[in-house]
Amino acid sequence: MNFEFSEEQELLREQARGFLTEHCPPAAVRAVLDGDADYDPALWQRIVEMGWTATVIPEEFGGLGLSYLELVVIAEELGRAVAPVPFSSSVYLATEALIACGSQEQKDKWLPLLAAGEAIGTFALSEGNGRPSVKSLTTRMDQAGLNGRKLPVADGRAADFAIVVGASDAGDGASWYLVELDQVGVSREAVRTLDFSRGHAVIEFNNAKAELLGGEGAGWSATERLLDRAAVLFAWEQVGLADAAMIQARDYAMGRYAFGRAIASYQAIKHKLANMYVKNTLARSNCYYGAWALNTDSAELPLAAATARVGAIKAAVFAAEENVQTHGGMGFTWEFDCQFYYRRAKLLGVNVGSEGYWQDRLITAYEQNNAA
Amino acid sequence: MDFNDTQEEAAFRAEAAAWLKANVPTPDELAGLDDIAAAKLWQKRKYDAGWACIRWEKQYGGREATAIEQVIWNQEEAKFNTPGGVFVIGQGMAAPTLMTWGKPEHHERFLPKLASGEEIWCQLFSEPAGGSDLAALRTKAERDGDDWVINGQKIWTSGAHYSDYGILVVRTDPNVAKHKGLSYFFLDMKSPGVEIKPIKQLTGGANFNEVYFTDVRIPDSQRLGEVGQGWQVALTTLMNERAAIGGGGAGVNVDVAYRIASEVMIDDKPAIEDSAVRAKLADWYVQESGLRFTGYRSMTAMSRGEIPGPENSIGKLVGAPKTQEMASFCMDLLEMSGAIWDEKLSTEAGLLQLTYMGAPGGRIAGGTDEIMANIIAERVLGMPQEPRMDKGMAFSEVPTGSN
Repeated sequence: MNFEFSEEQELLREQARGFLTEHCPPAAVRAVLDGDADYDPALWQRIVEMGWTATVIPEEFGGLGLSYLELVVIAEELGRAVAPVPFSSSVYLATEALIACGSQEQKDKWLPLLAAGEAIGTFALSEGNGRPSVKSLTTRMDQAGLNGRKLPVADGRAADFAIVVGASDAGDGASWYLVELDQVGVSREAVRTLDFSRGHAVIEFNNAKAELLGGEGAGWSATERLLDRAAVLFAWEQVGLADAAMIQARDYAMGRYAFGRAIASYQAIKHKLANMYVKNTLARSNCYYGAWALNTDSAELPLAAATARVGAIKAAVFAAEENVQTHGGMGFTWEFDCQFYYRRAKLLGVNVGSEGYWQDRLITAYEQNNAA
Repeated sequence: MDFNDTQEEAAFRAEAAAWLKANVPTPDELAGLDDIAAAKLWQKRKYDAGWACIRWEKQYGGREATAIEQVIWNQEEAKFNTPGGVFVIGQGMAAPTLMTWGKPEHHERFLPKLASGEEIWCQLFSEPAGGSDLAALRTKAERDGDDWVINGQKIWTSGAHYSDYGILVVRTDPNVAKHKGLSYFFLDMKSPGVEIKPIKQLTGGANFNEVYFTDVRIPDSQRLGEVGQGWQVALTTLMNERAAIGGGGAGVNVDVAYRIASEVMIDDKPAIEDSAVRAKLADWYVQESGLRFTGYRSMTAMSRGEIPGPENSIGKLVGAPKTQEMASFCMDLLEMSGAIWDEKLSTEAGLLQLTYMGAPGGRIAGGTDEIMANIIAERVLGMPQEPRMDKGMAFSEVPTGSN
């Protein structure tokens, strides 16, 4: 047993952190936040050049064939930098979906493009308020094509294709469809979310051309498996973010004086920060478990993923909220960067299932593990 | 990163499991023995077979196992219900302090009997005037020839009444600053002038004591560290204390809570089907799992030669309040009968009530929740220390309250 990253993985972390410090400073996040762009194309291009989009794609499809332990290191650093790029949609969701369920032909076509950053993919599940379920799906394929409406779709305007979860009369009640988004049957409109630094869209499908990805009627179980895998990767982003928010709060408290002393010397602030550290540490340790389970495709993945995800949601949201609080009035201004973490933490807290959804999945997985 | 055993680790696990299966005392063997006799029987059996204090050097009874092997052993032993507990202070705190600060003759004389369980140790640190502010302790030691003469009072000493030896911090110089006037000793608890009085706890039990010292003589050869270096030596003990107490997975945990939530009903359905109940259990599972893997990560760090640091405070800081919350929540699930504390009538034979009543102690002993949070803020996050009104003052000049 060995519960740490290897020296090579630590080197990758240093390299990633250095790269993002240089190319994704707060000003880069702010530019997307303030502007109309859905993401930072220059940063995205550099990330592609670093090979990060190719990390786990097998070499035969133009990828680097590295492990998920390398990918989680990158995920943590992207979370720390609050990077305004479509990495999670394209890598944690679309790439994973293709690797898991794509036909040889689909993999041959799309994986090399994803690896090279020549295509951006996303995953479209939600159709509006409430917890997605097989019964709630109204998007459906018929003779004329795919019809329905998905919202919000992360990076929906930036993406070249989406993997769309639609209703099916067969099997588990859902199927996956690979849909190229630049076609007459698809209309996309920007939708504002609370994180202005990440683009989202409402996508409508009107007799859109679409092809099945994976088996007819195998889409719901595939969705749950995909969410388990993605949950681990998102959790690492959340842990990186939580750590960054904690450090920002600590540093500000050390420099801010009230009543003749640094506010960092008051127990109310110290204990708040200690609480952040505790939540972050528990979340991180659970993320190790998730990373291992993801990397080894362990039967424990559903439990490990839910455990990592619940802890990471809590850690990121708490650190982001209390970071603003620690900054006082300035933390509430547009000018200060506290808002980056506050926005992103909440977005990440709902985007592949809320805390409540994952708490429920956790207990279900716990029951299944005990029964096995 | 690999959560699976290597081939060597798997072999070690199999060996440990086989030995445990063949040697864990049966209920018949333990019948009629009190807790201490039962613990001693089990400890001696482990010692004789080389399974006691497995990380220690072979000459002192260990088997020079790795940190990971210790994890494996703990996992395997935890699968059985074995007697223990009374050796935590001796093996987990006194022994590492002896190893760091003691002389070879101390090691030879005391470590084997600590490992075998023949001698039990207690910790004489806290005082009525020195709790969270431990260094404010007043028990004094005065040099007299080759001996030191001790006068004063200690409090909250777990197991003093059945211990053979104690580790002791005393004030050897009241005229220098608080932390600088302390020295560290160990002593025979049967020494003349040692008087032990039990303290009845709110649980009704009496596991800890007041210990009075009246002209107790300790040979200078039983001093650990230099005169005036006692605070530094005590920190070795305290750092190991936090690691030894750890997360406290025993008592009410998710497995127990799950069992209860599956049995009791809310609106004629098992409580475990209620989403609010599931959410609570999930959160506690996240904490238990997080503490377990945080512990494993420190083991890996230690096996790479790193020294356990203040980050170990997290186990107690999370584990103690969690235990209290879980016991409280499970009693709520039982509704009106949750108040019943009766081995025959209560669910889990009264474990919930016992745990709930004992939980406040867990949040105080070995550093309160508040002190643990301060340690993390100051020593891990580098935030300022609490303002110290007594800083730089001779101890004898420090103002004191009436309590």
